[in-house]
Amino acid sequence: MNPVKSLHDLKQGESGCVRALLSTGSMRRRLQDIGLIEGTRVKCLQKSPAGDPTAYLIRGAVIALRSEDAENVLIAHS
Amino acid sequence: MGLTNDSTGRKAADIGLRIKKNSPKDRIIAVAGNPNVGKSTLFNGLTGMNQHTGNWPGKTVTNAQGYCRFGDTTYILVDIPGTYSLMAHSAEEEVARDFICFGDPDAVIVVCDATCLERNLNLVLQTIEITDRVVLCVNLMDEAEKKKIRIDLSALSERLGIPVVGTTARKKKTLSSLMTALDTLFSAEERQKPAKIDYGQPTEGAIAIIEEAVESFLEGQKGRFSLSPRWVALKLLDRDPTLTDALSGYLEADILRDPAIAAALDRARACLAAGGMTEEGLRDRIVSALVLTAQNICRDVLSFDRPDYNERDRKIDKILTGRLTGFPIMLALLAGIFWLTIIGANYPSALLSDLFFWLEEILSDVLGYLSAPVWLHDLLIFGVLRVLGWVVSVMLPPIAIFFPLFTLLEDLGYLPRVAFNLDRYFKKCAACGKQALTMCMGFGCNAAGIIGCRIIDSPRERLIAILTNNFVPCNGRFPTLIAILAMFFAGMSSGLFESVLLAVLLLCIILIGVGMTFAISKLLSKTILKGVPSSFTLELPPYRKPQIGKIVIRSIFDRTLFVLGRAIIAAIPAGLIIWLATNITAGGATLLSHASGFLDPFGRLLGMDGVILLAFILGMPANEIVVPIIIMTYMASGTLTEMDSLLDLKQLLLDNGWTSVTAMCTMLFSLMHWPCTTTCLTIKKETQSWKWTALSFLLPTVTGIVICLVFANVARIFL
Repeated sequence: MNPVKSLHDLKQGESGCVRALLSTGSMRRRLQDIGLIEGTRVKCLQKSPAGDPTAYLIRGAVIALRSEDAENVLIAHS
Repeated sequence: MGLTNDSTGRKAADIGLRIKKNSPKDRIIAVAGNPNVGKSTLFNGLTGMNQHTGNWPGKTVTNAQGYCRFGDTTYILVDIPGTYSLMAHSAEEEVARDFICFGDPDAVIVVCDATCLERNLNLVLQTIEITDRVVLCVNLMDEAEKKKIRIDLSALSERLGIPVVGTTARKKKTLSSLMTALDTLFSAEERQKPAKIDYGQPTEGAIAIIEEAVESFLEGQKGRFSLSPRWVALKLLDRDPTLTDALSGYLEADILRDPAIAAALDRARACLAAGGMTEEGLRDRIVSALVLTAQNICRDVLSFDRPDYNERDRKIDKILTGRLTGFPIMLALLAGIFWLTIIGANYPSALLSDLFFWLEEILSDVLGYLSAPVWLHDLLIFGVLRVLGWVVSVMLPPIAIFFPLFTLLEDLGYLPRVAFNLDRYFKKCAACGKQALTMCMGFGCNAAGIIGCRIIDSPRERLIAILTNNFVPCNGRFPTLIAILAMFFAGMSSGLFESVLLAVLLLCIILIGVGMTFAISKLLSKTILKGVPSSFTLELPPYRKPQIGKIVIRSIFDRTLFVLGRAIIAAIPAGLIIWLATNITAGGATLLSHASGFLDPFGRLLGMDGVILLAFILGMPANEIVVPIIIMTYMASGTLTEMDSLLDLKQLLLDNGWTSVTAMCTMLFSLMHWPCTTTCLTIKKETQSWKWTALSFLLPTVTGIVICLVFANVARIFL
C-alpha cells in the first residue's frame, strides 16, 4: 500500500488515484463536478510558468487547479 | 455594500429569457454545450447570419438568438452560455440553467465535443434530468476521427434514451441530420424517456416520496415549465438555494411553503437519515452518480485506437505555457497582433481618408448648389462628416484587423492558457485567474468584458474583475493610442522599424493598464473587498484549427459594423453639440471657450488642457469620438486647415500647444478614465447596485487623475 499523498505532491508525468476530498462546500462540489471522485485516475501534466496552478489530466480533460485546492485531494500513488 | 447575492448581481436577470414567438407553431430550441465545442459555429451554421447579438470574442455571454427554417417549421434557436455544468457555481451557469428550466424552450440541443466526450456528458446528463426533450449533438466528429477516437452513436443514443447526431459544424451538410432529429422529436407520438441516473438507496426512496407532491404542485402553477418533477425533488433534497429561489421567482409561489411539499420533504429527510445518509453524503452521491454514469456510458461507446491522441496538445502546451517560453510567447503574440494591426491598417486608412475628403467636397458642392444655409453646411461638413471621417478612417481599419486576429487566438484555444499563465499573479491579488479572460474580452468592448465576468464563481472576485475591467483599453480607445503614439513617439513613416517600435510602445501602454489592473485588484482585496482567494478550476480545452473565413466574416458583421453604427449615432449629436457650442456666444465668448476655459486650469494641472478634458467628457457616449472632438474644437477656434493626414493633425495639435508630455498624459488618461455610458449601464445591470457602478466610475478616474498629475509635474521638472 502506497502512503497517502495529495494531488499537489504529484510530480510532472506522475499519476495517482483519488482516495478522498478534504474540501467542503462549494469547492468539494466543484471538484466532484470536474470528475474528481473516489477512484478517479489523475495525471499531473505540468505547472504554469509562474509555478502555480498546475494542469492535470482528469477523465480526458485538462483542468488546472491551484496548489491550495490540489492539497485537498488525497490520492494513492500509482 | 455587503456581498449578498443581490448586491453582487448573481441574479443578473438576463434580457430575453422570454423569447417571443412570431407564430404559435414556432419552436424555441435552446442550444447548450460546454465552452469551445463549436457551439457558436453550429449556431451560425443553422441560423445563417440572422443573429441578433454579436458577442466578442466569439464567446456567448448572453442569450443570443437566431432563426432557422426546416420543413414547415420555424425554429428559434437560443444560444445559451457555454458551461461545463448546470449546478450554478457561477452566474453564467445560473443563466444557462435558468433558460433551460424557465425559458420554456420546446427542446434543448446539447452540443458535445467528440474528442472529450466523458467530460461533456456531465452536462448532457444534467440536462436530461431537467427535461425529456433533448437532442445530443456530438460535434467535431472530424477531429475525433483524426485522433482515432471511435464513438458508437447508436449505442450512445440507446444508453441516454435521446436522439444522438454526429456533426461537423463547419461542414453545413452534416447539420441537416440534426434538424431531422429535432423534427422527428416533435412529430413523435410519445414523449421520449431519457435515461435516469440511479442514485441508489436511500436517495431514490427519498426522491420518490417528494416527487408526487412536486408534480401536483407544478401542475397547479400557471407557468408551463416542463420541468421534471424528479429533478425538482432532487434539488429540494439537495437544498439548492439558487434553484429554489429561481423557481419561486418564476412561479411566483414559494415552493418550500407549500404544505404538501414541506411535509413530503420532512418524511424524505427522515428516510435519508434512517438510511444513514448525511447531507454531505447526499451531495457527494448526487455529483458522483453523474460522473460514474458518464464513465460507464463512455466505457461502452468509446474506443481509442490511439491512446496518445492528446500528445500533440501536450507538446503545444509545453511551449505555450512552459516555464521559460510561456511569458515571452504571450508578449510576442500580443505585440505581433498589434504590429499586424498597425501595418495592415495603414493602407485602408489612407484610402478611407481620401474617400471622406472627396465626399466632403461633393457634399459641400451639393449644399452650395441647393443654397443651403451656412449653419447647415458647417454643421454637416465640419460637425458630422469630419467626426465620422475620423472614426471610419482612423478607428475602423485597426478594429477590422485586430478583431479577427484576436478571435483567431480565441478559436485556437489560447486564451485559457493566458489565464493559466497569469493565475498566480491574480491569486497574489486575491483575485481569480479567469479575470485574464474577461480582460481579453475587454479589449473588444469593456461592456462585453463586464458581462463576461459571470464566468467567475466567487461574487467577490467577480466584482473585482468588473471594477477593474476598464483598465484594458477597448476598441474605442486603442486606435487613439496608436494614432497618438505614431504622431509623437514612433514616427509616421510606414517603415519596418517605425511599425515595430509603434507595436512595442503600444504593448507598453497596454502593460501599464494590466499593471494597474493588478494594483487596483490588490487594493480592493485589501480594503473594501477583503477576502482570501477562493478555489479555482480552469479548463484547458483541446486546441482547434480555427476557421479563418468564418472569423473574418463574423468580425466584420459582429464588430466592425457595430462600431460603425455606434460611431454614426454618437457622431451626429456630438457634431451638433460642438457646432452649437462654437456658434452660440455668451458674454463675448463662445460656450465652448467658456467650458474649455473653465476646465483649462485643471486640464493643465494634469498635463493636458481644457479642450482635451472637455472631449473626454463629451466622449462619454462613445470613446471613439474623443479625438474628433479635440480636432473639431481646435479647428473651430483657429484657422481651418485641410485635414487629411496624421501629419496635418500633428501640426494642428502642435499649434495648440501639444508637447510629448501632453501626448503622454492624453494617452494615460485615455487608458484610465471613466467607463463609457454603455459600460456604466452594463455595470449597473450586472451588479444591481448604483454604489458599485459609482465606484467603477471613480476608480479609473481617480487613478488616471493621480497618475497624470504625478507624471505631468515630474516631467515638467526634468524637461
